Amino acid sequence: MEAAALGALMPMHLHVSATGHILSVGPTLAKLRPDEQLSGRRLLELFEIKRPQNIRSYADLVSHGSCLVRARFRHGDQLGLKGLFVPLPAAQDPLQPDRREADDAPPVLRPLPTPPGDAACGGLLNLSLGVNVVEAVQRYNLNSADFAPADPTVDMLYLIEAKSVALEESKRLNARLEGARSAAEVQALTDTLTGLQNRRGMDLVLQQLASSGQAFGLMHLDLDHFKQVNDTFGHGAGDHVLRHVAGILQDETRASDMVARVGGDEFVLIFQGCVDLPVLEGIAWRIIARLEEPVAYDGHLCRISASIGTTLSSFYTKPVADRMLNDADEALYASKNQGRACHTVFKPQQASRIG
Amino acid sequence: MYGMIHRALQCFSQDTYGDGLWQKAVADAGVPSPEFEAMLTYPDQQLDDVLNALAARLDKTPAQLCEDLGAYLVTHARMEPVRRLLRFGGATFEDFVLSLDDLHDRVKLALPDLHLPRLEVDVHSQSAFSILVNSEREGFGAVLLGILRALADDYGALAVLEHGRAAKDGLMREKITAEVFEADFTSGRGFGLVTTDIVR
Repeated sequence: MEAAALGALMPMHLHVSATGHILSVGPTLAKLRPDEQLSGRRLLELFEIKRPQNIRSYADLVSHGSCLVRARFRHGDQLGLKGLFVPLPAAQDPLQPDRREADDAPPVLRPLPTPPGDAACGGLLNLSLGVNVVEAVQRYNLNSADFAPADPTVDMLYLIEAKSVALEESKRLNARLEGARSAAEVQALTDTLTGLQNRRGMDLVLQQLASSGQAFGLMHLDLDHFKQVNDTFGHGAGDHVLRHVAGILQDETRASDMVARVGGDEFVLIFQGCVDLPVLEGIAWRIIARLEEPVAYDGHLCRISASIGTTLSSFYTKPVADRMLNDADEALYASKNQGRACHTVFKPQQASRIG
Repeated sequence: MYGMIHRALQCFSQDTYGDGLWQKAVADAGVPSPEFEAMLTYPDQQLDDVLNALAARLDKTPAQLCEDLGAYLVTHARMEPVRRLLRFGGATFEDFVLSLDDLHDRVKLALPDLHLPRLEVDVHSQSAFSILVNSEREGFGAVLLGILRALADDYGALAVLEHGRAAKDGLMREKITAEVFEADFTSGRGFGLVTTDIVR
């Protein structure tokens, strides 16, 4: 076959003589070494053959028969190449017409690896850029004419580019949706796990109450032993307990009161129009008693309790939300210090800062 | 229909006539949101409604707007990825026109949900072609006309293009005729198989 036809069919081939010298080079392969004359040089002087292993001479390669080859240029940019080597017995024309009879074995894509014996043997090595194609196209300024029409490389490059455009669009959409989601979350007033108000919801109610001058009681509740439930039975149990707690807190309060989950196991209860200490103390102790009833989850019994601190807007000449929260928190910690599972009312006379 | 087409109209309108006009056209059309997402789907009717509202505000026909949209897809810097994907069709403008037969399948490979009409290319001579748009929807032919006009420039070819209609299996279809007078009229714009952004 003529070198031109060989080049058109296989733009990255090397036709090698029986002595291991390059007879012809495909035009695209030649483009990878624009300043060098490849024809006439020895194959192994130009390329390092990495697979098959231990190829020290051209005869070594021929001894493998038809085989997959991984190679790279020995000098300059050592671009990895892969391809197929097919020995061509010297006596034969490189590519002969197909003269098989009707009942002969069907042609195989890769001839069986039958070393052609001792006879000197030329060969064809058809290379490809493999996954290095993107880099090679850029570096050597290859264009669609450098790839055989039967080679889907250009379609692959098209696909890489189209998919990266689509992926970029998807990423942009995801980022926008994520932004919208977090904006919605920031604006949300509800705790998604329990359905109670969240801290933001509580802040709004507290601000409204403080500015309206309406009297109210404020309770800060912190679960006891909740961490053990989480650590022992897992987060599923913890979430179950939190929902159970939310149910009890809502049961024990009126619809006009507000229950908020303000932290992992921290709750705030606001009793609108109620500054009656005995009533609130009753509610607090009832809540503690109900929370101490064990909760069944997945065959286990989860046991928790709660510590509560309470303050009233009537303790202050001018109730300020932040101060009231701090004072309820202080009372809550007094409960914790008393050995948990109890309720403490903030004592205004203890705090010199009350105005 | 895939939002990519709605999105293209939105980008074209905003980049060409400003956001104010786009907002007005969307409001005229009674479409709920002025932001189309390329990767979501929207009703076809919204596309028609916005296109008609935009045409009315600009005192143009929908077909004229479609042609401008086609040219925008090839020429505007923001649409460079579209121009590049189109240029994969062929090394010359004639090759590109001949590749339109495959456009439907090629697009499907990259975006399986984007249904573009099948195109049928007829070769009359070495430099004269006609392209039949197999779609019940009007408008794609005009977009294609805009794309081809702009791409002829992009390849540096001198071509005359016309938009018409032809019967196919008893149905009227949009048809583009293309005659290439000179393949290398100008140097055109460059195209490499790989963009600089892909290689790092």
